[in-house]
Amino acid sequence: MSRKFVAICAILSFLGFSLVACQHRIPKDAFILSPESLKDRQLQTRIFETNDEKKLLTASAALLQDLGYTIEESEVSCGVIVSSRDRNVTEVGGVVCFICLGAPYEQKQKIFASLVTRPIDDKRIAVRITFQHMVWNNQRMLVKNEQINDPEIYQKFFSKLSTSVFLIAHEI
Amino acid sequence: MRKHVVIIFNLILALTLYACAAKQKDILRAEESQVKLRSIQSRVFDITDPNRLLRAIIATLQDLGFVIDDADETLGTVSGTKRSGHALRMTVSIRPKGDNQMIVRSNAQYNLQTVEDPEPYQQFFAALSKSLFLEAQQIER
Repeated sequence: MSRKFVAICAILSFLGFSLVACQHRIPKDAFILSPESLKDRQLQTRIFETNDEKKLLTASAALLQDLGYTIEESEVSCGVIVSSRDRNVTEVGGVVCFICLGAPYEQKQKIFASLVTRPIDDKRIAVRITFQHMVWNNQRMLVKNEQINDPEIYQKFFSKLSTSVFLIAHEI
Repeated sequence: MRKHVVIIFNLILALTLYACAAKQKDILRAEESQVKLRSIQSRVFDITDPNRLLRAIIATLQDLGFVIDDADETLGTVSGTKRSGHALRMTVSIRPKGDNQMIVRSNAQYNLQTVEDPEPYQQFFAALSKSLFLEAQQIER
């Protein structure tokens, strides 16, 4: 009888220790500037020949709204605009396949975009945008939680921002 | 046998009650001693312009792969999140120290845990120093 009791206690202790061991520690390189950080900075930054930071931020906010983002926070004195967008990522063809196979499929995503302006000198201002996203599947499980590194997305964004700055400059 | 079952049942009940109480206590609980944690998380910089410091903090966080969540010049705070398979949240605040210096304090949270290991903070301040071209000094107690 007491053996059973000891066995149960041992199992409970093992479970307890396993749960403690499951708590992951912060990755060693989380705060180290990686070799890719310079590449990322170049990808995410463009320099505009202007000294009007406020106008650049206005144009950026207008563009983010055009792209369906909701402005969540802004601090003009620090040159920061924080925005996000919720979207359905379901593709009909893919979903039919996954349903037939009984496998979970990606359903919803939230994209976070933070735009920061930083004056370089009296005539130039750098604009840096960072995109990250979270993707959930149809079982509401988080399947992606990462930075978006597709160069095309950043190129398209800055191309649109140039147009938006032009439109604002000409008050269209 | 019955006695053992009662003991195990009581043990589970006690653990459950403790867990409920712990959740409430968690609101104001700091894992490490407050003074030790403050010293790990704070550095002093020879800078007087809060705007320049905040902008450097924002740029450093972006270089480290964070997306900025919030910035407030009046309060002197910046918050950001790094999503790369995990969620690393960071809040950095600044306040003046005397006439020529400013204290930078950072708090990091990895998933659901406060980061109390000194190393990540040292790495963050090293990156911030690079961005500011200034040396981060240990805060005097």
